[in-house]
Amino acid sequence: MSGWLAAPILIPLAAAALLVLVRGRRWRGILALAGAAAHCGSGLVLVAACAGGGHLVLAVGGWPAPYGIALVADLFAAIMVAVTGLLGLLVGVYALGTDDLMADAVFPPLAQVLLMGAGGAFLAGDLFNLYVWFEVLLIASFVLLTVGRRPAQLAGAVKYVAINFLASAMFLTACGLLYGKTGTLNLADLARKIPADPATGVVLTSASLLLAAFGIKAALFPFFNWLPAAYPTPPVAVSALFAGVLTKVGVYALIRLFTLVFVQDVGRTHALILVLSVATMITGVLGAAAQGGLRRILAVHIVSQIGYMTLGLGVWTPAALAAVMVYMVHNMVVKTNLFLVVGAVKRLRGTEELARLGGLWREHPGLSGLFLVSALSLAGLPPLSGFVAKFVVIRACFLAGHWLAGAVALGVGLLTLFSMVKIWLEAFWKESPDGAAAGAGPAVRPLGAPVWVPVLVLTAITVAVGLYPEPLLELAQRAGDQLMDRAGYIRAVLGE
Amino acid sequence: MNSVILRGAARILVPLQLAGALGLLVRGHNDPGGGFIAGLVAAGAFTLLALAEGVAAAQRWLRVAPGTLTGVGLLLALGSGLPALVLGRPYLSGLWSGEWAGGVRLGTPLIFDAGVFLVVLGVGVSIVFALMEE
Repeated sequence: MSGWLAAPILIPLAAAALLVLVRGRRWRGILALAGAAAHCGSGLVLVAACAGGGHLVLAVGGWPAPYGIALVADLFAAIMVAVTGLLGLLVGVYALGTDDLMADAVFPPLAQVLLMGAGGAFLAGDLFNLYVWFEVLLIASFVLLTVGRRPAQLAGAVKYVAINFLASAMFLTACGLLYGKTGTLNLADLARKIPADPATGVVLTSASLLLAAFGIKAALFPFFNWLPAAYPTPPVAVSALFAGVLTKVGVYALIRLFTLVFVQDVGRTHALILVLSVATMITGVLGAAAQGGLRRILAVHIVSQIGYMTLGLGVWTPAALAAVMVYMVHNMVVKTNLFLVVGAVKRLRGTEELARLGGLWREHPGLSGLFLVSALSLAGLPPLSGFVAKFVVIRACFLAGHWLAGAVALGVGLLTLFSMVKIWLEAFWKESPDGAAAGAGPAVRPLGAPVWVPVLVLTAITVAVGLYPEPLLELAQRAGDQLMDRAGYIRAVLGE
Repeated sequence: MNSVILRGAARILVPLQLAGALGLLVRGHNDPGGGFIAGLVAAGAFTLLALAEGVAAAQRWLRVAPGTLTGVGLLLALGSGLPALVLGRPYLSGLWSGEWAGGVRLGTPLIFDAGVFLVVLGVGVSIVFALMEE
């Protein structure tokens, strides 16, 4: 069973290698979709294997932990792999029909490399391996950001890489400090050795370095400014993949480290995470209100949503961690969908600036309806997945006595609604300004099945989770309990 | 660059560098060396060739597109771990032949290293060629 742990890494790697070799557009499309489908399938196998509450551990090459490379899956990691695979598949379908992305030299293989990096980061059982997977993600995303080579993209990509190099340097420094102190980088071994050796100076220093490094990767306050500069510029398929997957890997790493390794001084570390989360939610949602381009609004909103996820980590109860997981799944699905809808709007009108859009509701009621469902879900209205996700996060806050944080989360939800209504009024509801009617723009192309299928599937998921949340909530509860059970993780990896 | 001295030197140095790269590749498991460094040395050889004779000539000598080398190398490295799976051992477990004359043993890690060699060579050469053609 544990052999499956290598699949979410090997499948995209094999697909990427073949995509480098294969030239024909048709074959590349088939390969990319087959790879992403297999990746998603392997994620589902992992979820099924971990659903009972156990861990899967693979010692790659037969070298046992803590010396060799360990891949570890718990329910949280498995669900992340499965959702990432699903998004990779659907964005792949979308890319089939747009922008000639499948004929591009670098997009198809590097999208697979991005999925591989995410899969590796989710399953890494070792801090240095986690670092390597982050570098894989960084290299792949840097090149993907520049697909199309417009000046704004390069400006965004340079900011992205510069700040991420800083994050990598901090990450590596923390690895060095921890290795020097404990002699190990295996996460389970670290978790076991740090409490026995309470050299709090070194431990707190490395915890802060990792908090800053993952904070940059996850776009946490005050490290988020690279995200609105970078995410709105590349082709829509790339933006959608980044919005769904990339920052969430940072959140995942934060949660993994601050549930497994750095839990000695929760009063300080997790309180700090709580404060940062609240600041992230507020700055993100206020920043979004000031933007004028569709993807810029959505990109700044990602920052605000990241705050909700780390909020649960700061609250630090099993219910809050379960809420984080529900929120992550919801947000990955809805955010990707909103970016894909923006892509559809861009195809119809040749622009994504609110001032130049309008009248979409009259001409494209179907697409407008799909946007509205996702937008309201993002804002947290029932009966959609966003309501469920926000409800469990805020309830966890109140139950743990964090009244202020819970109240802020409620208020931020209202402001999110404001931004979404603004998009709705400007782009869909108002009369179209002169010259922006259908057929007037230069880049107008009809929507085809590659656009409709992923948007419909993702919308269906958000509605289904909203109407029937029990299975996801139950799975998340088990994942939250499992995250709190550090001894179980250590036992599974080190076999003691 | 059109220099008789460089072209003459390249004619001697390039084969030496490539032979050195192969040496580094096969000794790499137990001694300093390995696929990564061997790939860099080999990419250096083709860079020298491109400087002396031009990118087109170096590309002719390489025979296949650098991207193809990268893809094949990735598949080779990936495939080197699969025999272990067939035998029911963890992925990437090293499988070795018995000892031959002179203490030589061959195994799947060499295939992995050869894959890494091709990836590094392919990526290195494609970067250098792209920069020189700008």
